[in-house]
Amino acid sequence: MSEVYLNGKFVGKIENPFEFVDKVKEERRKGILNSNINIYYNKRMNDVIINDDKGRLRRPLIVVKNGKPLLTEEHIKKLQKNEISFSNLVKQGVIEYLDALEEENTFVAFSKEYLTPEHTHMELTPLVMVGLCTSLVPYANFSPGARVSIGSKNQKQALGMYAVNFPIRMDMDVNILQTPQIPIVQSVMHEVSGYNKHPSGQNLVVAVMSYKGYNVDDAVVINKASIDRGMARSTYYRPAIAEELRYSGGLTDEISVPDKDVKGYKSENDYRFLEKDGIITPESNVAEGDVIIGKTSPPRFLSSMDQYNLAPSSRRESSMALKHGEQGIIDFVMITESSEGNRLVEVKIRDQRIPEIGDKFTSRHGQKGIVGLIVDQADMPFTASGITPDLIFSPHGIPSRMTISHLIELIGGKAGALSSRYIDGTIFDSEPEENIRKELTSLGFRENGTETMYNGITGEQFQVKIFVGNIYYMKLKHMVANKIHSRARGPIQLLTRQPTEGRAKEGGLRLGEMEKDTFIAHGASLLLKERFDADKTIVPVCESCGMVAVHDKFKNRLFCPVCGDNVEINFIEVSYAFKLLLDELKSLTVHPKLMLKNKY
Amino acid sequence: MSRLFKKYEEVLPIRVIDDIKDNIPDKITDARLKQILDKAVLQYESMKVMPGESVGIVGAESIGEPGTQMTLNTFHFAGVAEMNVTMGLPRIIEILDGKKNIQTPMMEIYLKKPYSQGKDIKKIALSIKETKLDEIVLEIMVNIAESKIELVFDEQKIESIGTDYSIIQKAIKSSFKNLAISKKGNVISLKMSEKEKEINELFKTKEKIKDIYIQGVKGIKQVLPIKKDGEFLIVTAGTNMKKVMELDYVDKTRIMSNDIFEIANIFGIEAARQAVINEVYKVIQNQGLNVDIRHLMLVSDTMCASGTIKGVTRYGVVKEKASVLARASFETPIKHIFNASQIGEIDNLSSVVENVMLNQPVPVGTGLPGLITKVKRD
Repeated sequence: MSEVYLNGKFVGKIENPFEFVDKVKEERRKGILNSNINIYYNKRMNDVIINDDKGRLRRPLIVVKNGKPLLTEEHIKKLQKNEISFSNLVKQGVIEYLDALEEENTFVAFSKEYLTPEHTHMELTPLVMVGLCTSLVPYANFSPGARVSIGSKNQKQALGMYAVNFPIRMDMDVNILQTPQIPIVQSVMHEVSGYNKHPSGQNLVVAVMSYKGYNVDDAVVINKASIDRGMARSTYYRPAIAEELRYSGGLTDEISVPDKDVKGYKSENDYRFLEKDGIITPESNVAEGDVIIGKTSPPRFLSSMDQYNLAPSSRRESSMALKHGEQGIIDFVMITESSEGNRLVEVKIRDQRIPEIGDKFTSRHGQKGIVGLIVDQADMPFTASGITPDLIFSPHGIPSRMTISHLIELIGGKAGALSSRYIDGTIFDSEPEENIRKELTSLGFRENGTETMYNGITGEQFQVKIFVGNIYYMKLKHMVANKIHSRARGPIQLLTRQPTEGRAKEGGLRLGEMEKDTFIAHGASLLLKERFDADKTIVPVCESCGMVAVHDKFKNRLFCPVCGDNVEINFIEVSYAFKLLLDELKSLTVHPKLMLKNKY
Repeated sequence: MSRLFKKYEEVLPIRVIDDIKDNIPDKITDARLKQILDKAVLQYESMKVMPGESVGIVGAESIGEPGTQMTLNTFHFAGVAEMNVTMGLPRIIEILDGKKNIQTPMMEIYLKKPYSQGKDIKKIALSIKETKLDEIVLEIMVNIAESKIELVFDEQKIESIGTDYSIIQKAIKSSFKNLAISKKGNVISLKMSEKEKEINELFKTKEKIKDIYIQGVKGIKQVLPIKKDGEFLIVTAGTNMKKVMELDYVDKTRIMSNDIFEIANIFGIEAARQAVINEVYKVIQNQGLNVDIRHLMLVSDTMCASGTIKGVTRYGVVKEKASVLARASFETPIKHIFNASQIGEIDNLSSVVENVMLNQPVPVGTGLPGLITKVKRD
């Protein structure tokens, strides 16, 4: 007797589980039972488990009987003529959806060639075993799984066109590739998923060689002429938003060109792009510090007396200005209303991103790298036919990672470009490598994709044949322009008088505790002192009570708040952080007493 | 010749001179020997640490950086009899923190001549192991009606550990004086006296009986005789050096324990210092890392300098620091500052951390030298 569970609940017992399970499946295929039902027999537990609830991941498979798939040529012909649809096949029981449990009881054939009488199901196509992103990796079955999954992950960061209506959208951090191309080597999923309608890369001529050491460690060298022709150029969009907020007492922000008597008025030059309404003119070229939306806010603290004050209390400047290191062109201006009904101004800033040293590029095979050098076309190596590569990729990236698909794409891309056709690189079902080799031979190239090349600087012929062809490369969203950061002097924090932290605040790079230790280990103690001079201060100390005294600079008077002015007060140089520590100790009711003595 | 050596004793350590003595040929001219000794002095002087070198931080970095590469899980080999020993980072932390109760105390017991060749090795091993009554009993039956406890013994086990019923009976008698003991075959029955007839008491006694000590060395939980370099020795889990050394077949000169506090108690602080170095170095070697042993010597010296082992924690080495600010900068700052304020402690700012806090040159390296001449003040 086997117990039967429906959606996890015990419903009864049956005598012959095999017969029962077969019958349920039969009736489901006939359409008597709903196709959402899945049934599973657990031999070890002797339980029959039926599920028809939601939330189970299911996938379609072709039903196989006696080693023959139920899907026939006839079905396919009808499908092609649009006489039947996929759902018809499901209804007919030719294709059925299995969940994870029912799959345990099945024996699924990889493809038609592998069918035996024991098989119960067959894959629609081996492609369905991988997800959408992975199916976009050509010849993926020739590379290690780890690389394929890195490759499919990298593609998600590629610049392309995320939405066709991007010019009228106000999204944060948008990148648009200016001249995207359809990949030459592609899988059927590129067409099916619509990738070809909004591609996100370009077919580059790639030479696999080293170039003066500028492409070691996954770096790539790119051709300056290719960049000048528009390769991998992208546009970066960022909105600046200002809202006229309402405050208590009927006060509001005001979007306008600030008056000169406003508190915190920058300089006339900073407001030069603003029109009368306080909003910037489209297509103006703005740089760091320029105001985009002029705005003033009411004073922060309104004391009760101010209401009766005759002089108009001065408003605060609170304009939106470009921060340190930012630049761009004003793309368009939108004036609307926020959800609270406040006037809302959004300005979109556009900036062209030309590839530069440090930008990240990747092929579709987990072979990512950053630009190490941009070389003039004249200095690039060239082939006998005069082709210069767009990108030079280091051969050392290949052996350890074993990305054979990367190499096959290279010759596939070459053959496709030369014969002006697309190469099918669908996983497990791709155009065979031999075909490509034969085609290359017939086109007058060497079948393995290598070519004689010449050193662009000396003109000498290279001793070896260089592997050169076309690979679909993508520019990834990590660009130096968004990350570059340096500081020699700059803003400090109010409390500690130490430099601020982070790129946005133009901060310093912290020399932390462990880094400090390395200075000590080297015995460089005076250098260490200088490094920590950022917050040094001169503090007057009362020699009598040992606490920080007061130096009144207006009256040029030194006195101790505790001992009066008839005490000796001397100046010491300490870090401001230490002065803060002394203050904190005082607040802990501890009296920190400084005992001064001359160092010499 | 000895006159020449005597002269050099002032500039070279005795050990170096002894080393040279052992390694020079018998016939050597004084001039040649002088040459050798001069070279040794030169070499010795060049190996000295420079004044102002921050050996502490260099040592800390030299141990700490490879420590980041240590793997936590060591490999285990299936089918090989081995004991589970704490290794890797946890072990290093245990040693350097000066933990009193280490996770896996172990001993290596070397044996004297006939036994070290394998004579009675199993028997000796088992006799060292602490055996409790529970381990040689097959079954314990509690007869509630007659308030009797019956112990069924495993005769094979009794034989293998080399004991007999009289010893067992004596052991039971000595811990439970009011039980009437009678023996029948491999069953010993214990009858409770009339006074304590309660069932509760009966079961409590049963549990206590299990813990009766029969034989062996207390604290040795497991024994494993192994052969190393053509010699048998016994590796134990659990340590009790004092008791083991009393046994006459044990080679007292080579017995080893990994419990540093035990070593300190028996052999003194110098032995413990060496034990700290050895134990830490063992872990580092085991991980395939390369750390100069002198860094470990420094750490060990610091830990043992006071005569007792002090861990590198806020209760140990750090507590001994002279500077309040240095102590406060390590852990529990408020506690240290309050305690210092109560007794009016003075910080002379003579060490590194305090001077970093005040943004003064730290007294190491280039910051160490100062003017000896007093500058006249006007």
